[in-house]
Amino acid sequence: MCLTKEQWKNKKRVEILKNIEIAQNVYKMDLQVGEMVKKIQPGQFINLYCNQGQRLLPRPISICQVDEKREILTIVYGVVGKGTREFAQYQSQDKVDIIGPLGNGYDELKKEQHSILIGGGLGVPPLVELAKRLSGNVEVYLGFRSDPFLVDTFKQYTNQVYVATDDGSYGYKGTVLDLLNQKKHVKEQAMIYSCGPKPMLKNIVKWAKEKQYPIQVSLEERMACGVGACVGCVCKIQNVETGEWEYRRVCKDGPVFNGREVVWDE
Amino acid sequence: MNSKITIAGVEFKNPVMTASGTFGSGREYGEYMDLNQLGAVVVKGVAITPWKGNPAPRIAETYGGMLNSVGLQNPGVEAFIENDIPFLRQYDTKIIVNIAGRTIEEYCQVAERLGEVDVDLLELNISCPNVKEGGVAFGTDPFMVEKVTKEVKKYSKQPLIVKLSPNVTDITEMARAAESGGADGLSLINTLLGMAIDIYRRKPVLAMKVGGFSGPAIKPVALRMVYQVNKAVNLPIIGMGGIMTGEDAIEFIMAGATGVAVGTAHFNNPRASLEVVEGIQKYMDTYGVKDLAEIRGII
Ligand SMILES: Cc1cc2nc3c(=O)[nH]c(=O)nc-3n(C[C@H](O)[C@H](O)[C@H](O)COP(=O)(O)OP(=O)(O)OC[C@H]3O[C@@H](n4cnc5c(N)ncnc54)[C@H](O)[C@@H]3O)c2cc1C
Ligand SMILES: Cc1cc2nc3c(=O)[nH]c(=O)nc-3n(C[C@H](O)[C@H](O)[C@H](O)COP(=O)(O)O)c2cc1C
Ligand code: FES
Repeated sequence: MCLTKEQWKNKKRVEILKNIEIAQNVYKMDLQVGEMVKKIQPGQFINLYCNQGQRLLPRPISICQVDEKREILTIVYGVVGKGTREFAQYQSQDKVDIIGPLGNGYDELKKEQHSILIGGGLGVPPLVELAKRLSGNVEVYLGFRSDPFLVDTFKQYTNQVYVATDDGSYGYKGTVLDLLNQKKHVKEQAMIYSCGPKPMLKNIVKWAKEKQYPIQVSLEERMACGVGACVGCVCKIQNVETGEWEYRRVCKDGPVFNGREVVWDE
Repeated sequence: MNSKITIAGVEFKNPVMTASGTFGSGREYGEYMDLNQLGAVVVKGVAITPWKGNPAPRIAETYGGMLNSVGLQNPGVEAFIENDIPFLRQYDTKIIVNIAGRTIEEYCQVAERLGEVDVDLLELNISCPNVKEGGVAFGTDPFMVEKVTKEVKKYSKQPLIVKLSPNVTDITEMARAAESGGADGLSLINTLLGMAIDIYRRKPVLAMKVGGFSGPAIKPVALRMVYQVNKAVNLPIIGMGGIMTGEDAIEFIMAGATGVAVGTAHFNNPRASLEVVEGIQKYMDTYGVKDLAEIRGII
């Protein structure tokens, strides 16, 4: 049970290879992480610590993509506050502390011949590595407010990539759900994988339930430890046995949950 | 060099403990460090029945610190005994159980139940700012502090540490009340009540609006309180509040603490408490301190 010295995980100081703006206020950062790339499951995240010491808490950021051969881990993040503003200023060759991979990623059902990936805004990045690894028929639906990103990356893995923007500046004008409803999904079976803002996820789950598709969603919550110790990052999950909801930790029990078990607050 | 300490007759291999609620029952951070190196693991607050805790968001970051409003979510004492004690007993470290309650009876029930199992000390949490009943309501009135200490003491087999709230005008008054109630030691400080507002959403960041403020930003307040309490009572003190390094811990020891607990620092560095152990050792080696008693309370 007790681990030996070599087995202890630790904060790791890694080099930034590249940090570039790929859409308005959205950055893509490549990190030289070493061996860690081998253990990654799509949907998992890393804790990225700020170099500015007064910002104590790590920022949880999903793993967007890994390059196993070159041991590179890519993240894509939006500049939304103090920490991500700091990240945006990092240059290549700067160093950052990370821990990970953390959490439970998406269950890749190998037998599943048909997968539908649905991402909204900053929920799009974690679906990239998933799209890369899934085999069979993979459809990707992406929703953005206006300036889309990662669309071409998805196109490397499937030719079924559909994009919606709120202002119609790219692809379909409307929400990703409107776009989904435009398509006729006649396949008997499909696994839905989704990540995005809560209101979107709630609607996608409703849609999936109507179609009787199983659905996995990735949730976000404010975190402190990111490893399951502080119970800070909870979401409401239905306990299938008792029928009652209970608080579960997004960082440790998730961030990916069975969409049907998530209890959405109004 | 001897960094051993004794609190209420229990010997600890070093003074460094984990602050309750920041370290679960050690399982998660046990993947990042050797728990055998810690003086004690102080576990998350345990109540007689499971508590759901507060709605999210429960966490907010502030300059040099953070707020939490977890609200003592815990699986109840039975689940704790079944799952966590066997896990912790694999390690050569002391177990301190932080106990929570809504009423004096509930505190007593938890203490009594824990009397039947193998744990080393109890820490009575009468200072949680995140629950309406119990918690801080007991910890801010000297009459209640004495009463709850006295009652729980009757039911506890293990030594009883009382954890004090800093959200009072005069902390020494609470310390004296706990001493009169028969406490075997004190730990301080719990979190300060604080707040953060999201000006873009025009709402408090925390769902509960207010929460407990912790981290290096509170260290001067915590240190001052340990110093004052050490002058006021004759009980061993476990000092905490913003400890990030061995040097921070030495400050608390000089202010009068026997043990020190590391909490929020883990969120910034999963190995923080071990680094505090190493930092204390290094200070002792460098400055020729043979026993921590030489510097304890010298201020
Ligand atoms: C599992 C997980 C995966 C994520 N993956 C991505 C991703 O791939 N790309 C991306 O752009 N964003 C992602 N996020 C959201 C990202 O963590 C926040 O945008 C980021 O923490 C904001 O930090 P800040 O310092 O800029 O914001 P500030 O508002 O200054 O941050 C203050 C505090 O609040 C926390 N916080 C603020 N917003 C969020 C949020 N939405 N979710 C969680 N914590 C928050 C911060 O971590 C910090 O502790 C993810 C969140 C989670 C929980
Ligand atoms: C997320 C979190 C949860 C906490 N839960 C508890 C608890 O269950 N019982 C308790 O007595 N104190 C609890 N505390 C308070 C800490 O044990 C400690 O007293 C306080 O955080 C100050 O130390 P620090 O600045 O090193 O974190 C909690 C603190 C945090 C940050
Ligand atoms: S962030 Fe601490 S339990 Fe999830």
